[in-house]
Amino acid sequence: MKNYDIVIIGGGPAGLAAAVSAKRNGIDSILILERDKELGGILNQCIHNGFGLHTFKEELTGPEYAQRFIDQAKELEIEYRLNTMVMDISHEKVVTAMNREEGLFEIQAKAVILAMGCRERSRGALNIPGYRPAGIYSAGTAQRLVNMEGLMPGREVVILGSGDIGLIMARRMTFEGAKVKVVAELMPYSGGLKRNIVQCLDDYGIPLKLSHTVVDIKGKERLEGVTLAEVDQNGKPIPGTEEEYSCDTLLLSVGLIPENELSRGMGVEMSRVTSGPVVNESLETNIEGVFACGNVLHVHDLVDFVSEEAGTAGKNAAAYVKGERSAEGGREIRLNPVDGVRYTVPVSINTARMDENLTVRFRVGAVFKNCYVSAYFDDERVVHRKRQIVAPGEMEEIKLTKAQLLRYPDLKTITVKIEEA
Amino acid sequence: MYDVIIIGGGVSGAASARELSRYKVRVCVLEKEEDVCCGTSKANSAIVHAGYDAVPGSLMAKLNVKGNEMMEQLSKDLDFPFERIGSLVICLSEEDMPGLQKLYDKGVANGVKGLKILNREEVLEMEPNITDDVYAALYAPSAGIVCPFNLNIALAENAFENGVEFRFNTEVQDIRKVENGYELHTNQGEFQTKYVVNAAGVYADRFHNMVSEKKIHITPRRGDYCLLDKTAGNHVSRTIFSLPTKYGKGVLVTPTVHGNLLVGPTAIDIEDKAGTNTTRAGLAEVISKAGQNVKNLPMRQVITSFAGLRAHEDGSEFIIGEVEDAEGFIDCAGIESPGLTSCPAIGEMVAGILKDKMGLEEKENFIATRKGVLDPDTLTKEERAELIRKEPAYGNIICRCEMVTEGEIIDAIRRPLGAKSLDGVKRRTRAGMGRCQSGFCSPRTMEILVRELNVSMADITKSGGESRLVVGTNKDRL
Repeated sequence: MKNYDIVIIGGGPAGLAAAVSAKRNGIDSILILERDKELGGILNQCIHNGFGLHTFKEELTGPEYAQRFIDQAKELEIEYRLNTMVMDISHEKVVTAMNREEGLFEIQAKAVILAMGCRERSRGALNIPGYRPAGIYSAGTAQRLVNMEGLMPGREVVILGSGDIGLIMARRMTFEGAKVKVVAELMPYSGGLKRNIVQCLDDYGIPLKLSHTVVDIKGKERLEGVTLAEVDQNGKPIPGTEEEYSCDTLLLSVGLIPENELSRGMGVEMSRVTSGPVVNESLETNIEGVFACGNVLHVHDLVDFVSEEAGTAGKNAAAYVKGERSAEGGREIRLNPVDGVRYTVPVSINTARMDENLTVRFRVGAVFKNCYVSAYFDDERVVHRKRQIVAPGEMEEIKLTKAQLLRYPDLKTITVKIEEA
Repeated sequence: MYDVIIIGGGVSGAASARELSRYKVRVCVLEKEEDVCCGTSKANSAIVHAGYDAVPGSLMAKLNVKGNEMMEQLSKDLDFPFERIGSLVICLSEEDMPGLQKLYDKGVANGVKGLKILNREEVLEMEPNITDDVYAALYAPSAGIVCPFNLNIALAENAFENGVEFRFNTEVQDIRKVENGYELHTNQGEFQTKYVVNAAGVYADRFHNMVSEKKIHITPRRGDYCLLDKTAGNHVSRTIFSLPTKYGKGVLVTPTVHGNLLVGPTAIDIEDKAGTNTTRAGLAEVISKAGQNVKNLPMRQVITSFAGLRAHEDGSEFIIGEVEDAEGFIDCAGIESPGLTSCPAIGEMVAGILKDKMGLEEKENFIATRKGVLDPDTLTKEERAELIRKEPAYGNIICRCEMVTEGEIIDAIRRPLGAKSLDGVKRRTRAGMGRCQSGFCSPRTMEILVRELNVSMADITKSGGESRLVVGTNKDRL
């Protein structure tokens, strides 16, 4: 059996940033296992620009952004394997992987960083009725076909779901010569970033129909059309509002699900809200020495935040391997999301282990206008930030400092909530 | 001139072809789709029924029990997944006990072995996730589950190995009686044959009625299903049926041989013989009935839904035999549930009829066994390592949800009657059948199909015909 200090599962933006950070924090024995034929993950098919504004202060395409981290990883001589599938990880951190050259092999890791990313929710998960013809793709699959293979999945397109990939694909399909007829969104608000609505739909005159869904799919071999209908507050279609759209392609951009089959298999405790691991301030799961970052932890909007989060995970994994992480003398503070806040990452903070600065990330469950993002240290309101709008499609954060927490020696719970103005 | 033409490559047609291939006889299967297992055989409950449902003395009862008995050995001979997991028919009130008793009595009359009526405590001990409202249940240990695709494909492959011809994309449009047999007009030209086996599923009435004055009528009876993720696969360990009551017929909840959980079906009579669309009402019915017998069903774990059509004949009975006023025309019609269970016995019966009529002689070189697509998961670590050394493609995972390797996909394409489409690969290997529903693997499987079949991406279909997956290249119309 091979031995590495840190094994990183996934060579996308999270895995790369975690590896670079771990290396810079003094760990030499690092291995990245990547199932695809190249490093960079899903960024390789995100050929639009808008990446890196936070990290590099410039606008990059997805592949360019990935390349910056790939270059760093190569410069730092971080070891990686491509076309390698991790089959299993044991509770004792034995990683079983497989590829063409080495067959099945095992690696004993001291620390594991989970960075497997996420997958797209499929039609089945939505129970959309109708036939099952060719021409129904998740937006990401279509993105791969168009951007990496140069293949057109169809000519006349309806998109269900206003997630960012769907919005980006509305513009891309238009560029490539397809007619995008409409984007339908079940919720009364978009699931994607505001800037993508403007730059991908509005600029091309593509209508966005909020509170609408697909209620029927026609076509026995290739898709021939879909029926859209308006939905009520409970998401139920309103009879009489049906509209037929002829199309040969339906793209689904209806949500992303962290890919945690390996995490579950090794006994990592999962959050029902994020479908990602439950982690502490170090982004460490309930299994000591197993860390998580990026979209496998919770789905992000911006890769910049993935890189930042992964950097933290890499640094903490390095500290763990070096035996430099001690909870001694620290106190355990719980984070409690309520009143519109669906979850927080992390869910707990140990004051001894935490860094000087800590970013708590979360999402809200509905659109709130003219509200406050608040944090209560037990009963005392400590953070009270006015916001014009917060929406489920945009990840929120609050920043805490160690000094601030140490001023409250009896602090047990930090409650994060949205307060109406 | 063929000796026998079988119309339809579903389980009935494939089982008949396989049984006929034991004899010295020239047989051809005509299938209108691009592959076998494209109709009723691919979209059903995948259950091997014990046999207490059918009316005692009926052909259905006889072939059900016989088919059930034959399935285990057949699954070994032809290498397809089958598990005898047993089934429970759930009775929710004392008032309905006569109905349960009647099922038991029918089962005994039909020769079903091991039937037992269990009380509430016994049921809950056996299946803790059965509703607390359970009153009693009929336990049938001989019931099982099967992979319908691989059962069908295995029968066809074995028939092919033994000399049966298969013609795909060949739709029979008309049948005429000629001297010494029949002439079949298809979209691919005319075919002459001495005998016809009509195993056309929901279309069997159409072909029967072309040659006979004694008309039959088949109603496509649609059933909607939901398939749940493997994380829900252990929710029950046996097939859970609902005892039909005055409030109607429930849905079944069953593990599948692949470890998913299947819930359904509805029963809606329709006109369109190709009406395999699910409907909002149908799926809603499945979801609302799912919890009647099984508690805490994680219906959020649904990964796909589908509908299948049962070929319901007005007489609610299998029609198997030579048509009275059409000599040499053998019906295999009205094969609704328990048709999948019965198919080994149906094949034997059809072949038996033809053997007697034609005086067929057995071949000396009949190959009775077949190996399926190798599943590396069934190997030890050492065997798997050795396999990858010899065939590196078995080290390359293509479908990450179902962990299907390139080696398996290549095998599925290259083997006799191999896969030609994405769905063909899916039915043979499970690539694309998992929780992401082919989001990640479909472009990669398409690449393998292009390479293996030596065609272009534009030729790759989901399931033959016009079901093309890509329509051109970027900016080709700008």
